[in-house]
Amino acid sequence: MASKLAPWLSRPGFRAARVVPRQQRRTFQRSAAIRSDTLNVHRDTPDNNPSIPFKFNTQNEALIEEVLSRYPSQYKKAAVMPLLDLGQRQHGFTSISVMNEVARLLEMPPMRVYEVATFYTMYNRNPVGRFHVQCCTTAGPCQPNTPCQLRGSDGVMKAIEEEIGIHHGETTEDKMFTFTEVECLGACANAPMVQINDDFYEDLTPETTKSLLRALKEAAEKTGAGGWAAGLPGSSGQDEVSSEGAGSGRQVKQGGRGYAAQGASIPAPGPLSQRVSCEPMSGPTSLREEPPTGESMLRKDGQL
Amino acid sequence: MLSAPVAARALRTSGTNAALKNGARTMATVQDAPPVHRQRGLQDQDRIFQNLYGKHGADLKSAKKYGDWYKTKEILDKGHDWLISEIKASGLRGRGGAGFPSGMKWSFMNFKDWDKDTKPRYLVVNADEGEPGTCKDREIMRKDPHKLIEGCLVAGRAMNCTAAYIYIRGEFYHEGTVLQRAIQEAYKDGLIGKNACGSGYDFDVFIHRGMGAYVCGEETSLIESLEGKPGKPRLKPPFPAAVGLFGCPSTVANVETIAVAPTIIRRGANWFSQFGRERNAGTKLFCISGHVNNPCTVEEEMSIPLKELIDKHAGGVIGGWDNLKAVIPGGSSTPILTKKICDDQLMDFDALKDSQSGLGTAAVIVMDQSTDVVRAIARLSKFYHHESCGQCTPCREGSKWTEQIMSRFERGEARAREIDMMQELTKQVEGHTICALGEAFAWPVQGLIRHFRPELEARIKDHAQKAGGETLAGGWQHDAGKHGMLISPGQ
Repeated sequence: MASKLAPWLSRPGFRAARVVPRQQRRTFQRSAAIRSDTLNVHRDTPDNNPSIPFKFNTQNEALIEEVLSRYPSQYKKAAVMPLLDLGQRQHGFTSISVMNEVARLLEMPPMRVYEVATFYTMYNRNPVGRFHVQCCTTAGPCQPNTPCQLRGSDGVMKAIEEEIGIHHGETTEDKMFTFTEVECLGACANAPMVQINDDFYEDLTPETTKSLLRALKEAAEKTGAGGWAAGLPGSSGQDEVSSEGAGSGRQVKQGGRGYAAQGASIPAPGPLSQRVSCEPMSGPTSLREEPPTGESMLRKDGQL
Repeated sequence: MLSAPVAARALRTSGTNAALKNGARTMATVQDAPPVHRQRGLQDQDRIFQNLYGKHGADLKSAKKYGDWYKTKEILDKGHDWLISEIKASGLRGRGGAGFPSGMKWSFMNFKDWDKDTKPRYLVVNADEGEPGTCKDREIMRKDPHKLIEGCLVAGRAMNCTAAYIYIRGEFYHEGTVLQRAIQEAYKDGLIGKNACGSGYDFDVFIHRGMGAYVCGEETSLIESLEGKPGKPRLKPPFPAAVGLFGCPSTVANVETIAVAPTIIRRGANWFSQFGRERNAGTKLFCISGHVNNPCTVEEEMSIPLKELIDKHAGGVIGGWDNLKAVIPGGSSTPILTKKICDDQLMDFDALKDSQSGLGTAAVIVMDQSTDVVRAIARLSKFYHHESCGQCTPCREGSKWTEQIMSRFERGEARAREIDMMQELTKQVEGHTICALGEAFAWPVQGLIRHFRPELEARIKDHAQKAGGETLAGGWQHDAGKHGMLISPGQ
């Protein structure tokens, strides 16, 4: 009936009228901030550009020779990963000049080196602080769970943020700490844990985390170490396990040794609880007997 | 004809297998009789990794004192055929996750006319341990490095390799140092290098440190990485045994597989195969983490019941066994199991395959009732998205979608039918990728949907109630259309 009385009031008309105020709207979506991985492209900055010269020092040149001897001579480029690592240790981070120098040494196109340096997450292509705090975030801050988190890494993460006052992906003002989230570090029976430079600190609680970070900060202040990762800091590269192996029968904290000098002391890496390594907290449930010797367990059928 | 059903019934009733008890057909071993179970409790004397808890040093002297490098020359003199037959007889299966019989894998290296080939041959040891939950290879490398080095020599002899590369993950800096030191000791003592152990056989061992890429734990991408390229997996075939590292025949094996080999040879294949069930022989390092009273790494015999493993070594689940909600039995890439299944689950390759999961690396992640399983799996999806190398599309895109959808599931911002979409998505990825990372992120999600679907649905319903309507597909608010936003048609 309506169409007869008012033909202009037809259905298409209605429809058009209904659509007019309801304009299609699409909101812009900002991509999520990338935190654990830095940008995959290089941008020239004052402290990272190709015009900064880089050369391996003599100590590292000797090491490079040893590294190259491990691989077949026609596959020199297999050494790119160890060399980039050496460069990172000398320079503090893997700058574009380090990559170019490695490419020159190994006679490979620089792009092949860049490919490697961007693929692996342990090459820091931007400067990092003296202490690179890497919290195992397969325990992460936003969506925590799995081994580390189940043991309470939320608290550890929060403790780090509180203690050094930055979020993951950032460096402190004094360039002392860089805080990164990384994926599983492979110490799940000792969760939660952080890796600081090369050392694993395991079995953490918020309190031990804070005291650990405080000890590091104090040590840096007392020894007068400045910010930014140092090239070849003090003892790295030295044989750290020499005395550990010699004392057989002695229980040692597994993971390295503590450091005490000039009034500063840093706790030994490894579990910060009473545990030595991966045994149950309440004491070992296995391996309580004296281990058998070679002769006692030799096969009895006389084959050997 | 008549005897077939009778035999089938007998098979069902006689089985000790959990899956057979309720008459269900097993998945892994349909035609076979149930494996015999010979559980008897592992004695300390029968544990291979005696130094697991760091009782003595990692140096050569103490290693020799406790049986490493004992009669290695005699072992090498036995020749490759005897060594491989011994490993085959022991029933050792690869400890890296796939569980492929090691003896068979090693024998692929000695193909026809291998000795006429002048190319070098490599053993590559996969020490790129990155699977969340797994922490066994680390303990071997930092406490029993000589077991690994001797294993390299023995396995290398069995495969007639010229050198071994140990690819150790970059985060394990101290472990690498201990291992490097042990290698130097062994060289100095003449145990490896030219004329290793005085057997007239030349063998080198090198370390290569990775730099933090989970995907490099896959054998072909590990080879790529060793060659100095980004670790992106290769298509197989050609298999590494034909064209591997530096274009030469090579075999990639897990640290634990290699490290147990000398002890097996020394104590005899029969000794090793007496532990565990048939086809799942031997002892295994289990890493127990998560909601247990005492997380630890422990060596136990295969086929140990999960409950016994947790109660005996890890001090039980926090709050008692009844507080258990779920267990991931073999590292993050294996599907999750519910408490009901865990009650009588045996920990070995076949039993876990029957439960539609896997032994993987035997990294037991325990979750109690307080755990949000959806969140746990969502976190794992994030991990796999992060670690996907980006080479092939199903994994690169699929892992991202999975992560996004899982994070919506976590908040309940989804429609019930999207659960099925998710299932389909993971099925489309599975088997269509170059390496196993596709399966690795698909399986946990499938496991979640299989066992915790009611939880997912409840969460969706809960969110719908709070938001005032069921979320539209794609995570749009229920009234997004009214606000003029573009929503997919048909809803």
